[in-house]
Amino acid sequence: MARATIPFGPQHPVLPEPIHLSLVVEDEKVVEALPTIGYVHRGLEMLAAKRDYNQMIQVVERVCGICSMIHSLCYCQGLEEMMGVEVPRRARMLRVVWSELHRLHSHLLWLGLFADSFGFESLFMQLWKIREKVMDLNEATTGNRVIVSVNVVGGVRADLDEAQIRWIKDTLVEVEASIRSLQSTIMNDSTVCKRTVGVGVLTKQAAYDLGAAGPMLRGSGVAQDMRQLKYAGFDEIAFEPIVETSGDCWARSTVRFRESLQSIDLVRQALDRLDGSELAAKVKGKPEGEVITRVEQPRGECLYYLKGNGDKFLQRVRIRTPTFANIPPLAAILPGLDFADVPVVVLSIDPCISCTER
Amino acid sequence: MFGSFLKKSQIKSPWLMHFDCGSCNGCDIETLACLTPVYDVERFGIINVGNPRHADVLVVTGTVNRRNAVILKNIYDQMPTPKLVIAIGACGCSGGVFREAPNVLGGVDKVIPVDVYVPGCPAKPEAIMDAVVTGLAKLGKILEVA
Repeated sequence: MARATIPFGPQHPVLPEPIHLSLVVEDEKVVEALPTIGYVHRGLEMLAAKRDYNQMIQVVERVCGICSMIHSLCYCQGLEEMMGVEVPRRARMLRVVWSELHRLHSHLLWLGLFADSFGFESLFMQLWKIREKVMDLNEATTGNRVIVSVNVVGGVRADLDEAQIRWIKDTLVEVEASIRSLQSTIMNDSTVCKRTVGVGVLTKQAAYDLGAAGPMLRGSGVAQDMRQLKYAGFDEIAFEPIVETSGDCWARSTVRFRESLQSIDLVRQALDRLDGSELAAKVKGKPEGEVITRVEQPRGECLYYLKGNGDKFLQRVRIRTPTFANIPPLAAILPGLDFADVPVVVLSIDPCISCTER
Repeated sequence: MFGSFLKKSQIKSPWLMHFDCGSCNGCDIETLACLTPVYDVERFGIINVGNPRHADVLVVTGTVNRRNAVILKNIYDQMPTPKLVIAIGACGCSGGVFREAPNVLGGVDKVIPVDVYVPGCPAKPEAIMDAVVTGLAKLGKILEVA
């Protein structure tokens, strides 16, 4: 049994983004996996020295193009806490609407890529076809498909009128029906189950000890979701984290599948709670002090540390993203796998490299 | 005769390779969305491949940083000539919002020659498809000369 080292990435067909794994294999079994990161590092936390706190919103949105809305939500939330701004109720509910639409399109995107990773291309195409309807909602309500740029410090800058609310609700009925029609394929199809059930198992204790986040953690049976902190409009919305217990790739994909249906429900609840209050509160003064703020991204917990000294430039912006938390659990579950399962397991953590490296 | 057949098929059915070079994912996902049912670039004969040795067109998204510049150059060198490079998004064109960030060198053209630039943050799928078609016209001209 000779040992061989096989490079996986940085440019690899299954990965939309560059990450490098050195896989030490014995025959077809992986013995060790060493991740190398840094291919997408831009150093954007240091841009805080050149952009003032309002301009930084545009920069933090581009930490990650898939969950841009949620990054800027976290950043604005931190500044609001620092500057003592009370966000109007309508703005908080609109933030829930757009952040859950983002989660919905992100989960559909991931389910599609995951299907593609084990060669189920028609499922990939189906899921992305559904996703385009959600992208249309984003584009029609905010003006951009991906980077929606709706958050400002103190509230939001876009509004929904009655016709748009009705249209969003009608479209979500269609989207929900299409997603449900794929449920038995994603959860029970034998070709899917053969590649996912029992593959890459992360136990509950290991997930907790290694600090996994998001669907990775909930797929292993830990009911932890940052939306339980009741940020934005979640204080009024009924919410229960979705948990699966088997800890394998199947559990992680099922958590995301059920969460995409849950997001549709949350959008509806938030739309029903829109009132006549203002879109954004007036902001006075400059940020001073330090604050830590957390939100739930599609991939897990996202943490921002902000520090200001009364100047218009922030002294420090530190971002801790969920994929970074999920890399140690990934390195722990890779040894012992068949080499052919590596792409599936790597994708099952929903890697977002541009978040991780910033 | 075989040569002219190859030339013709290269324009009618270009094989495309996508490399994420420090993008925020926005443009990557829009590039991927081009392949899916709503936009469906396969109707132009375009196929996404994972191996640079098979590719005619290199689609690059995002800024170049000190680490991935070498990889980008390697991938470009591995592609057979004639080849086409499309830089997607504000970052691919010039560095975009990250232009002043400490680890960013700038646009893709700092490392390899670029044929088509697609503006937008992120570039819309329609714009990306337009860029590929524009690029193919350019590739056609190169092949006539060659």
